[in-house]
Amino acid sequence: MTAGPLSALRTPRGLVTAVALLVLAVLPLLTHAFDQRYLLSVGNRIVIWAIAAASLNMILGYAGLVSFGHAAFLGIGGYAVGILSAEGFESGWLQWPVAVLVAVAWAALIGALSLRTRGVYFIMITLAFAQLVYYLSSGLAAYGGDDGLNISRSRFPGLIDLRDKAAFYWLCFALLCATLWFCSRLAHSRFGYVLRGARSNELRMAALGFPVFRYRLVAFAIAGAFGALAGILLANDGAYISPAIMSWVKSGDLIVIVVLGGIGALFGPLYGAIAFFAVEEFLPPLLDLLHRGWGEYWQIVFGPLLVVIALYARGGIDSLLGLRHG
Amino acid sequence: MLNGVQLGLLMFLLAAGLTLTFGIMDLVNLAHGSLYMMGAYFAWTLIGLTDSFMLGTLLALPACFLLGVIVEIVVARRLYARDHLDQVLATFGLILFFNELVRAIWGPEGRSIAVPAFLNRTVNVLPGVPYPAYRFALIVAGVAVAILLAWLVARTRLGMLIRAGASNRRMIAALGVNIELLFSLVFGLGAVFAGLAGLMAAPIASVKIGMGDDILIVAFVIIVIGGIGSIKGAFVAAMVVGQIDIVGRAFLPDLLKTFMGAASASAAAPAISQVLIYVVMAAVLVWRPTGLFGQRG
Repeated sequence: MTAGPLSALRTPRGLVTAVALLVLAVLPLLTHAFDQRYLLSVGNRIVIWAIAAASLNMILGYAGLVSFGHAAFLGIGGYAVGILSAEGFESGWLQWPVAVLVAVAWAALIGALSLRTRGVYFIMITLAFAQLVYYLSSGLAAYGGDDGLNISRSRFPGLIDLRDKAAFYWLCFALLCATLWFCSRLAHSRFGYVLRGARSNELRMAALGFPVFRYRLVAFAIAGAFGALAGILLANDGAYISPAIMSWVKSGDLIVIVVLGGIGALFGPLYGAIAFFAVEEFLPPLLDLLHRGWGEYWQIVFGPLLVVIALYARGGIDSLLGLRHG
Repeated sequence: MLNGVQLGLLMFLLAAGLTLTFGIMDLVNLAHGSLYMMGAYFAWTLIGLTDSFMLGTLLALPACFLLGVIVEIVVARRLYARDHLDQVLATFGLILFFNELVRAIWGPEGRSIAVPAFLNRTVNVLPGVPYPAYRFALIVAGVAVAILLAWLVARTRLGMLIRAGASNRRMIAALGVNIELLFSLVFGLGAVFAGLAGLMAAPIASVKIGMGDDILIVAFVIIVIGGIGSIKGAFVAAMVVGQIDIVGRAFLPDLLKTFMGAASASAAAPAISQVLIYVVMAAVLVWRPTGLFGQRG
């Protein structure tokens, strides 16, 4: 830490992170040069889901709160964009702040209710609220209901054209960098230390005079805002939004990404997202190589892999990279 | 009304097994829905093989038990001492595994189990009130399981050991009880209840991949509303949720039609009745953070 930022490059973790960020930064150029444009959309998904996972990491990683309904914020962000666009408001200057504000308001409301509970009740109540939003959205007959909603991309006239794939990707990447920067500021702030202190001993923090509930609520609301940001980007990426984005399985996926990358690690969400989508992209063809037709059933391998990770590899990829003689 | 009771009892069947593993053994078992699905698929296969509904379903139950015991030995056993996050992650992995396994073995398209001939008629519940016999059989089975389970856990030596083992494993092990075997058996029993719920639901719903995933969440909601670990709570909550769902489906469309179009009313009603379930859960938890009949925090 004291020897300047470049010293981080000497650890495997720093090196891998730097390489990953560098590759992601120039990805549109690479995919263009090698004519693998399809990989750009994979990269885009990685970047967006890394933002979503980073937002979950704020409460799961730093505060130790297992929120099992995080996909709801993605859905809120996406639907805010979708509904506004269906109503004729296509300006991103309007859509994006509204989406984030709605998500923050919702996060504050359900946070205030959920944070009264502990442990498994917290898992279940966050899940229940997410299901609530899920069913609400599938009941929105005017906006597609179960079938979802086709939307036109947000417009930022004169600034950026989101229909340009590379420009959109770079915007997402810049937002990911901003999110990670914010996370690192958060983690090393007094606020972050209070959250982490409360994770290991809530009573002690309360005895020290910190209003733990209020700190957690603010963290929950911030995480909701970044979740909505990811949702906004997803809606723009696919030009489509449907309730499926908030099914509880997606919330599970987000937890998987965070745990896979390393809980509470700054770059964990990024590693996790890369690993998650790499598995999704490359495991099927790999299995097909072993035996034709097996690739279709890649989750038979992926499922037990998760079990093994849960049982034996708590620190995720981050701690794997942190091993000194690895 | 009766449909609500029947749905509630079906959910209770699922929640009952979950009460054993989640409520009493304190394991967040997302794979419980997979066991529900496997029960339905086992039943479908065995009914096909034996050409008899009764025989097929009766054989499916030991198959579920065996599967439950295997899952316990291979995975669940290692999770009791872990925190909830590990349990969520590992059992989420199991869901992916089972869904994909079913797709590999039985194929992607859904199956259906016909209502057996001897139950494919109506009975008069009250004089002049006909009701499908199969649904009535569901009610009977649900009540039977409720009574059996309450008796098993609260009154028998086995139930005493389960409860004691859940609160202090090492103490019970030190007393000479084979706690590992005991927990395997309980997990297997939970799997039997899940499978029973799945195969009994099969003739009125359909047998398909992921069929247990959404109803599983409702089962968790039921347990949380009722209070984790309380069978009485699970039963009451299942009844409440069953009634909400049926009332929502039966009466809400008419109510909504008074102030919106018929088409959008019938689309919105199921969604709203689903939402109501979660509103009830949130209200209960805000009012009593450990559920209606919960003692543990």
